[in-house]
Amino acid sequence: MTKHILSLLVEDKPGLLTRVAGLFARRGYNIQSLAVGSSEIEGLSRITVVVAVEGHPLEQITKQLNKLVNVVKIVELEEENSISRDHMMVKVRTEANNRSQVLEAVNLFRARVVDVVSDSVVIEVTGDSAKCQAFLRVLEPFGIKELVQSGAIAIGRGSKSMSDRIK
Amino acid sequence: MTETMTGAQAVVRSLEELGITDIFGLPGGAILPTYDPLMDSEKIRHVLVRHEQGAGHAAEGYASATGKLGVCIATSGPGATNLVTPIADAHMDSVPLLAITGQVNSHAIGTDAFQEADIVGITMPITKHSFLVTNAKDIPAVISAAVELATSGRPGPVLVDITKDAQNQKFEFSWPPKRDILPGYKPVTHPHGRQVEAAAELILASEKPMLYVGGGVIRAEAHQELARLAEVTGAPLTTTLMARGAFPDTHHQHLGMPGMHGTVPAVTGLQKADLLITLGARFDDRVTGEVSSFAPGAKVIHVDIDPAEIGKVRHADVPIVGDAKVVIAMLNAELEKRLAGKKPDYSDWWQFIDGLKTRYPLGYEEQEDGILAPQWVIKRIGEMTGPEGIFAAGVGQHQMWSAQFIDYDRPNSWLNSGGAGTMGYSVPAAMGAKVGEPGRDVWAIDGDGCFQMTNQELATCVINNIPIKVAIINNSSLGMVRQWQTLFYNSRYSNTDLHTGADTQMVPDFVRLGESYGCLSIRATNEKEAEEAIKLALETNDRPVVIDFIVGRDAMVWPMVPAGVSNDAVQYARDARPVWEGDE
Repeated sequence: MTKHILSLLVEDKPGLLTRVAGLFARRGYNIQSLAVGSSEIEGLSRITVVVAVEGHPLEQITKQLNKLVNVVKIVELEEENSISRDHMMVKVRTEANNRSQVLEAVNLFRARVVDVVSDSVVIEVTGDSAKCQAFLRVLEPFGIKELVQSGAIAIGRGSKSMSDRIK
Repeated sequence: MTETMTGAQAVVRSLEELGITDIFGLPGGAILPTYDPLMDSEKIRHVLVRHEQGAGHAAEGYASATGKLGVCIATSGPGATNLVTPIADAHMDSVPLLAITGQVNSHAIGTDAFQEADIVGITMPITKHSFLVTNAKDIPAVISAAVELATSGRPGPVLVDITKDAQNQKFEFSWPPKRDILPGYKPVTHPHGRQVEAAAELILASEKPMLYVGGGVIRAEAHQELARLAEVTGAPLTTTLMARGAFPDTHHQHLGMPGMHGTVPAVTGLQKADLLITLGARFDDRVTGEVSSFAPGAKVIHVDIDPAEIGKVRHADVPIVGDAKVVIAMLNAELEKRLAGKKPDYSDWWQFIDGLKTRYPLGYEEQEDGILAPQWVIKRIGEMTGPEGIFAAGVGQHQMWSAQFIDYDRPNSWLNSGGAGTMGYSVPAAMGAKVGEPGRDVWAIDGDGCFQMTNQELATCVINNIPIKVAIINNSSLGMVRQWQTLFYNSRYSNTDLHTGADTQMVPDFVRLGESYGCLSIRATNEKEAEEAIKLALETNDRPVVIDFIVGRDAMVWPMVPAGVSNDAVQYARDARPVWEGDE
């Protein structure tokens, strides 16, 4: 299984997400994560989808996605030429005697505490998925009460933008 | 210049402006507003069907017979869901189809209102695209875009779901509409010149090429270009179930149909070829059998307008994305330039192929006791009608025999449900074809199982003067399923007996059923009666004809490659595999 990051520019139309997600489901492709938001162009949304595939079906996925009329552009973002970030918030159990250890981990991972009560903290962290996973492993012994994570978002390096290619 | 009108009027006017002349449908609550102005249209003929599935298949038959867009219309909820089967069918066979459905009022959507169904959601996986319209002002642009999507690129079904309030709303209509340009839709029709050159190179380097022709050639109206390509190369050619008629069956280069029930020369030709010149075909499992052993020694040129078909099943050595008509014309020019009047020498290859043709021609066994052989009936219908006729089959044995034993000479003369395999396609499809091509003899060649799924459209045919001819190949059973039970389930006939044929209760009696609809209805039990019935049917044009051909139920479709097995295991008849002289 290899992981690929696909970036899609899509028309912001009702049902669009259903069309994209439905295509993955019925063709038997596996979505690892999916993130949707607006793009720099009005009327177009940007989807970042992380897929795990075996063999050559990535080309099939791309071609099938391209057949969706509302999909305007698809690019695969290669790891070496792009930046990918996950966003995560974790609620960790803390006690007076270990709070400083938790805060130390927060500093090491350049995370931030965004809420504190007597027996827990909420920590926010961004990074690539490897960093987020590593951070979770460090926090685990303290007791993770709640975890929420966004899908990866990714952007190409350099001055060119994805929408240059549709003009 | 604008004109104040309702959304409903705009639906009708937009269709008129787009040149639509025939629609098949059935009204209901949520589409009522549109049926009112439809009554006044002088340009559009609306054919009232008896079941929405009939409207969908009729629109498909109309489209497949004429090459034009087929249009069907239904109300919300069950009306719309009854269109699901024909929409799926059109999706599999790339039929240009526009389905218009009424939807409940926009403020009622999501409330489980009466006759509410999320038809856009339901049909998402089986449409090329779909629209939900909740504003009257969007109607002209959406219908115009829907027609363009359905008919361009790889054709397919497009659904337009219009809420009742959008149909009732008044707005300022103008034509042509200002329209989004569909920024994500750019079908490639013109191929890369270099790919065409690469294809020509492979063809000239090949010693054992096969032209593997699919339905895309018919949809692209590329039959003349194909005829020229066959002439320039002199290569053997096979037409898939969807491509029957793309090349004359009587031509000596034509080996017949490939696949599960293909001819031995076509199946074996593909297996032994060193090059497949694939034109608008998609390596369907019914053609390839076990993919890993399909045409093992062949390089592949794959021409298709849909890039997703290329490399989906089989790797293409030379992929060419483009419209078959354009690509084949360019390929012809390139080959003619390189050949400079000469012809490639495939004489050894032809010697092998001709040997197969001589030893393994298509044939069938006579039935015992003078019972009609279904193959003979179908062959005679084809011969007596001639190549100008149109033949729409249902699904099953009679479909395969119709593909095998009728000689097709022109595109759009053979209509069937190839990809979806929809029983019940035949009668409504023939009806649609007859509306589109009133001057032609149109046959529905149907099975006794299929016929019982959609024969209600005979009422539509009688009332609207659509004189189709129905040949029921009545073997009193779900014949193809029964054949598999004979071959693979120790002749245990679980639930395949329909009691419609010889020595049964004959429920229903198809002759009396046909008569009750007002059709000329005839029963034929032997060859003399059959010939007379076919002759009378061809002479009768003032009403539909139903012929109940009582045929033997043990007839089987041969040759056959069992499902999922290598095409090398093609059986010419039961337990009889062809023998290859000098085979490895």
